[in-house]
Amino acid sequence: MSENNEHISSYALNGKVLIVLLCLTALTVLAISFHLGAFTVALALLIATFKGGIVMTYFMHLKFENTLLRILAISVILFYISIVLTTFIDYLYR
Amino acid sequence: MSNHISADTPSNYLTHKTGLLSWLTTTDHKRIGLLYLYTITIFFLTAAVLGLLMRIEKFAPGETIMTAQTYNAMFTIHGIIMIFVIVIPGLSAVFGNFFLPIMIGAKDVAFPRLNLFTWYIYITGASIALFSQFAYGHSPDAGWTFYVPYSAQSHSNMVLALMGAFVLGFASILTGLNFLVTMHRMRAPGMTWFKMPLFPWSLYATAWVQLLATPIIGITLLMVVAERVLKIGFFDPTLGGDPVLYQHLFWIYSHPAVYVMILPAMGVVTEIFPTFAQKPVFGYGAIAISSLAIALIGYFVWGHHMFVAGIGYNSRVFFSLLTFLVAIPSAIKVFNWLGTLYGGSIDLKPPLLYALGFISLFIIGGFSGLTQGALAANVHITDTDFVVAHFHYIVFGGMGFGFFAAIHYWYPKIWGKMYNFRWAYIGFGFIYVGFHTLYFPMFILGLMGMPRRYFDYLPRFQPLQEVSTIGAFILITGIIIMISNLVYHYYKGAVAPANPWHGVTLEWKIPSPPPHENFDEVPVITHPPYYFEKPFVDEGM
Amino acid sequence: MESTKLNEYTDRDTGKLGMWLFLFTELFLFGGLFLVYAVMRTKYAHDFHLGALELNAFIGTANTVVLLVSSMTVAMSLTAIQTNNPSKAFGLILITVFLAIIFLINKYFEWGHKIELKLYPGSDVMRSLPHGEIMFFGLYFIMTGLHALHVIVGAVLLIIVMFNLKSGSITQEHYLLQENAALYWHLVDLIWIFLFPLLYLVT
Repeated sequence: MSENNEHISSYALNGKVLIVLLCLTALTVLAISFHLGAFTVALALLIATFKGGIVMTYFMHLKFENTLLRILAISVILFYISIVLTTFIDYLYR
Repeated sequence: MSNHISADTPSNYLTHKTGLLSWLTTTDHKRIGLLYLYTITIFFLTAAVLGLLMRIEKFAPGETIMTAQTYNAMFTIHGIIMIFVIVIPGLSAVFGNFFLPIMIGAKDVAFPRLNLFTWYIYITGASIALFSQFAYGHSPDAGWTFYVPYSAQSHSNMVLALMGAFVLGFASILTGLNFLVTMHRMRAPGMTWFKMPLFPWSLYATAWVQLLATPIIGITLLMVVAERVLKIGFFDPTLGGDPVLYQHLFWIYSHPAVYVMILPAMGVVTEIFPTFAQKPVFGYGAIAISSLAIALIGYFVWGHHMFVAGIGYNSRVFFSLLTFLVAIPSAIKVFNWLGTLYGGSIDLKPPLLYALGFISLFIIGGFSGLTQGALAANVHITDTDFVVAHFHYIVFGGMGFGFFAAIHYWYPKIWGKMYNFRWAYIGFGFIYVGFHTLYFPMFILGLMGMPRRYFDYLPRFQPLQEVSTIGAFILITGIIIMISNLVYHYYKGAVAPANPWHGVTLEWKIPSPPPHENFDEVPVITHPPYYFEKPFVDEGM
Repeated sequence: MESTKLNEYTDRDTGKLGMWLFLFTELFLFGGLFLVYAVMRTKYAHDFHLGALELNAFIGTANTVVLLVSSMTVAMSLTAIQTNNPSKAFGLILITVFLAIIFLINKYFEWGHKIELKLYPGSDVMRSLPHGEIMFFGLYFIMTGLHALHVIVGAVLLIIVMFNLKSGSITQEHYLLQENAALYWHLVDLIWIFLFPLLYLVT
């Protein structure tokens, strides 16, 4: 009962993904040295989100999975963010 | 399908293997549902007795049968058991487990062994919570809501109660996970999403809430443990923390949790109405989507528990608005239920009676929720008995009556026996009258200014407190009558046919009790779920 | 007539969906802590900056690299089993576990250093700090602590996978356990990808 119609990531692909991730990590560390004040966090989070997206897309295979998983993953993440934002309606406007 | 099933015809799930060990190691979703049923019943009666003792205490002002400290401990453990052990898991774990696979034409849930493991997690969590009463130290007394700073400082077995609730949360998460995968992957051939009956739909919406909301209370309870044990300070203003942050985190779970409680109950009555009107559900699509809408919108109303806690004005307006919005899909359901009954061939058997009781109590509870959702009114009634009345109407009247309706509806299918109808009607009468007598005065008491969680009160509150206590005794009498009817006829009841109510969903097409693997052949679905080819009209009336 | 017997192996898509749903719960579990972080960070921006200076960004970066590489090796182990190379898969998972241990050793030294300085929740040193720094270090210990717990669980899962590879229970046809353990491991990496800048780099 094997399902041989699924995508197999090559070793090379995994290696390339790592290189990209390491570069982004270096970029994050570098970006911190530029004093951007409040935007430092935003930039670091943006890069982290990008890295996370790459891990999910390639290492966790989401790019090659069925649509349902992709929709669920994105929806759940957006949902979490909306909970945080709703909490901040209180904290930002007290 | 043969209609003359008796205990010694083809083996069913009850006779498949016998002995205590076969039950404790079962992976059969039906047996697991019953394991939950039996344990929930015991815990329910325990918590109900605690409630009764509280009512006896409140019959008169001052110390009647217990000290103030004991009263605080009582309402704490009454709440913890009722909320985390009974109402949140109840319908999903008992009737969801038993009937979800059958109603979608599957042999079992997606992960049967995980299902059994989940029951053991549940027992462990409930035991840890109960143990907080008997361990060395005082019983926890911060309420089931564990508000800081008191929960972080109270000299009691708080950590045990917190950990009990934490462990119970895992059972909820895993049940939700199991049901989600089951519905996504194991529907019978031909059963598209919109051919799935509405009880499974309600379980689907519920499962998403169980899955995503529960982890938040998990981590929050751990944070309170960290406050107590490590003095971490997240919620302690003397260390820089914010106690209101605790309330946010707590209610981010605990509000959606009430939809975990009510959605399956709505699903149950949505199954009962078409059967006892012998016509399809009115507005099937609306009911399915409204379940999802309630689950989604319900995630964004939590601040309505915090209107007087000091949150910002914009926040209060936001949460009040969303609270009013979430009532809309619920109202849609009520209209659709009434539309289902309208013009149908009504048969007022016990399941329908409980379902109708559900509607009346749910409406009262729901309206009183809207009253509290209005910002100005909320200031007056927060932390009064008005709130206590509201949540008992909506939770006990909603989930509780949903549970009673479900047990009366599916009893013949589960055990292959039939209970006595007159006995059931009498039980219902006592329960319904007792319910209103017990809880309605609390609305008035609350408006008069009677605070909640107080064991003492001014003399002007006494008459209504007395009425309420009398109601408690009537209610518990009804519950005893109801349970003894069901237990007695388990042993002595007449053999029930496969389809005593002429229902049309899949569970009525298999024998009573069901065979071990539910279906001899995998069903192929061609009809919509409520297809009454030949509605049954009882000519005898 | 389709068999009504339950299969010995869970169908792969079913098992994978179950695992992804479980990962969502982990997101929300850590999500509660990230929410506390967000609130406290907004309130005590300057103190968080001071607190982060106390952390060793070099070890933090090193740990990030360690986890990223381990994510690659566990992903490669799936390639190996899918191409019928169980021994290669075994080796790659072994490397992953080894990297996990390195991560934990780094963490041990990091925490050890803080505890040596009497900088831990509830200590007098901690209590003497400004409020924002108390919040920062509280979050530091709880978040990295919970994360380390997940590293341990993940490593144990991977060791179980190694045993299953050795015994032949995991094959090119049936490797759901390995796939799910890998997914869990990636989650551990994902959480750290966010923890790292938020704790170490808010300088």
